[in-house]
Amino acid sequence: MTRVAVLKGGRSLERQVSLKSGARVQDALDRLGYEVVGIDVGHDLVTRLRTLEPDVAFVALHGRDGEDGTVQELLEALGIAYTGSGVSACIRCSDKVIAKHHMRDAGIPTPDFFAFNETAFKELGAADALPAIEERLSFPIVVKPADQGSALGIKFAASAKDVPGALVAAFSYGDKVLLERRIDGRDLAVSVLDGEPLPVVEAVPLGDDFYDFEARYEIGRTEFVCPADLPAALTARAQELAREVWDALGCRGFARIDLMLCDETGELTVLEANAIPGMTETSLLPQAAEAAGMDFDALIERIVALAT
Amino acid sequence: MTIDDRDARAPGEPRLMTAAPGPRQTSRDLERYTALFAARTKVMRSSAMRDLMALTERRDIISLAGGLPDTSSFPAESFAAIMGTVAVESTARSLQYGPTEGLSVLKRCIAEVMEEEGTTIDPDDVLVTTGGQQVIDLVCKTLIDPGDVIIAEAPTYPGAVPTFCSYQAEVIQISLDEDGMRIDELEQTLERLDREGRRPKFIYTVPTFQNPAGTTMSLARRHRLVEVVRERELLLLEDNPYGLLRYEGDSLPTLYSLEGGDFVIYLGTFSKILSPGVRLGWSVGPRPVLEKMNIGKQASDLCSSSLTQLFVAAYFESGRWQDYVGSLKEIYRRRRDVMLDSLAECLGAECSWTHPQGGLFIWVTLPDYIDTTDLLALALDEHVAFVPGRAAFLDGRGASSMRLNFSGVGEADIREGVRRIGEVVREQVQLYGTLTGTHPTVDVPAEPAPAEPDAALADVLHLPALERRRRADAREG
Repeated sequence: MTRVAVLKGGRSLERQVSLKSGARVQDALDRLGYEVVGIDVGHDLVTRLRTLEPDVAFVALHGRDGEDGTVQELLEALGIAYTGSGVSACIRCSDKVIAKHHMRDAGIPTPDFFAFNETAFKELGAADALPAIEERLSFPIVVKPADQGSALGIKFAASAKDVPGALVAAFSYGDKVLLERRIDGRDLAVSVLDGEPLPVVEAVPLGDDFYDFEARYEIGRTEFVCPADLPAALTARAQELAREVWDALGCRGFARIDLMLCDETGELTVLEANAIPGMTETSLLPQAAEAAGMDFDALIERIVALAT
Repeated sequence: MTIDDRDARAPGEPRLMTAAPGPRQTSRDLERYTALFAARTKVMRSSAMRDLMALTERRDIISLAGGLPDTSSFPAESFAAIMGTVAVESTARSLQYGPTEGLSVLKRCIAEVMEEEGTTIDPDDVLVTTGGQQVIDLVCKTLIDPGDVIIAEAPTYPGAVPTFCSYQAEVIQISLDEDGMRIDELEQTLERLDREGRRPKFIYTVPTFQNPAGTTMSLARRHRLVEVVRERELLLLEDNPYGLLRYEGDSLPTLYSLEGGDFVIYLGTFSKILSPGVRLGWSVGPRPVLEKMNIGKQASDLCSSSLTQLFVAAYFESGRWQDYVGSLKEIYRRRRDVMLDSLAECLGAECSWTHPQGGLFIWVTLPDYIDTTDLLALALDEHVAFVPGRAAFLDGRGASSMRLNFSGVGEADIREGVRRIGEVVREQVQLYGTLTGTHPTVDVPAEPAPAEPDAALADVLHLPALERRRRADAREG
């Protein structure tokens, strides 16, 4: 029987989300008849994996360490097959700035942006360039940390006076932040499984106008529409874009691409790619798979089968 | 790291239905559940903060976030002896249900505790509850229909926020200053509500050593507040968990004793003077209200634990409860002083904080461009945690404040924790200065902090005039 170690938890800010994803994955693997061991990753991860000798590691971690290639690098070193993207794709996806550069280079539409690390402001006087940046992006501007998931640390600056505070907030989460043109429109997500785009999911937050952390993970705070109510051509375009992002970033196994459908232009634009999309009750990948006729267990079985 | 204790089946062995783990959930199932949820669940707020707060429980974190009393100072041998007494003398009774309103032996202890604060009650009038939190819940259950108005303080006890929300109350928050709730603002608000044809169902206050602000309502304001509720025949919920934990100054009468109990519902608890683990609180108040609360409690949990009620009664029997409170006060007073000294050492002139005369909390206010929810992420990297100020507001205010607890961790950890907070704050102040080209001062105060903190300076929640002056001084310096 195949032994699967489900890696979850850890110390990232998205620990709780990861524990939820991990628990659901474990239940599914259990039902599927795998030998399952859940590991809340910590200092003894390597020792545990050496002792356990799993056939496959299911990486259900989100955020720092789990999604940025660190754990994947360790698994490579230990020679353990693991689910999802490899080290380099994880690095490209987890850093929104790198991802956006790859997209831009590949001709994939993504909102205009500028990104800086703290040194640029401290040592190179980047603050003096803010007015020019603000003019190029035009308000409102989104300010966000480059490597934080689940919408943590995202602020909207309505005018120049909001920008420094928003930058201070974003730098709380990491060393690099991006200022991005805000796109008003519909939140769409296309999950990709082994290179095949799944049906488009639309997230419609109830009440608040922003699909924030609470809206993402609290049952009943967001209405999900899957497949999204879109003209066939737009659906096809969203899926095509997702596949292009998948290729540009070199993803493997599964991934989720987040897009916006701009109210003003009617155009699709790509916000980011998630190398390890959530598997919680409110997560989008499982919903998309289901709309494609694949229940949660079948999805998990497929992801494990794709592990290398 | 933990290895989950999951399936013990032999490989390949078919699973019995009874052993099946939780049902698989699809989005269709999800819709099935959400379609059944009550309307109130839409406003039952959880938050990103809750997930961040879960991280503060890591062992390698110095957590100034909790509101925990130091239960480690309770003597183990006393605990064993009291438990032994209960086990031997009240075996059947302690294992049995009890009356909803609580056991008489405990009610006598409650009267004793209230007498200690100068409030005389008839033990028969007490409703024993499962922690003070249940009083808040039962008061809402008794009084609040969706859309009803509750008046609370700004900031208010973070633990009351989910309760108010789950009854779909509209909460209006009245500012606090160093003398507690601003009664003038309260009266203006009441007049405005009058004009709108609305009447608040009750006013919620923690008048003494407020959670989270640490401030205490002055005697003059207590009198005025009591007048206001009597004139307008409004109910007032007085939440008083910390009244006996006073480290300096003269004690003040409870609102309940000033008012006489016609319009004040009093909330007390054993959590801070003995143990939150016994989950015992109580309420006294107008009889018709208490009767409805009693019925509400029957519906919630029938009765509070007989075992812990008898434990507390036996503990009081031993006659040492005041000594124990005395020892707690000594420990907490030292910890408060250490925290105040550390704050003076580690936070710059752009920050202000309260100087509580008792209780468990200090409320710190940072420059308005710092959001303490985001700052918490940075602080967790430095292995220190606090409660972001937003948790104490329902209207989005409080973003640049934080609550620090000094009762739950030792003096060395308080020093180190505050030092780390000072560091992350300094980092953000510097960064903001760089971003705006203002470079506000971030130096530690040149003068050593006075041994006796200047109350006029430290006892400030957020006085704009003082703030401006400090900033002006800082720029000149």
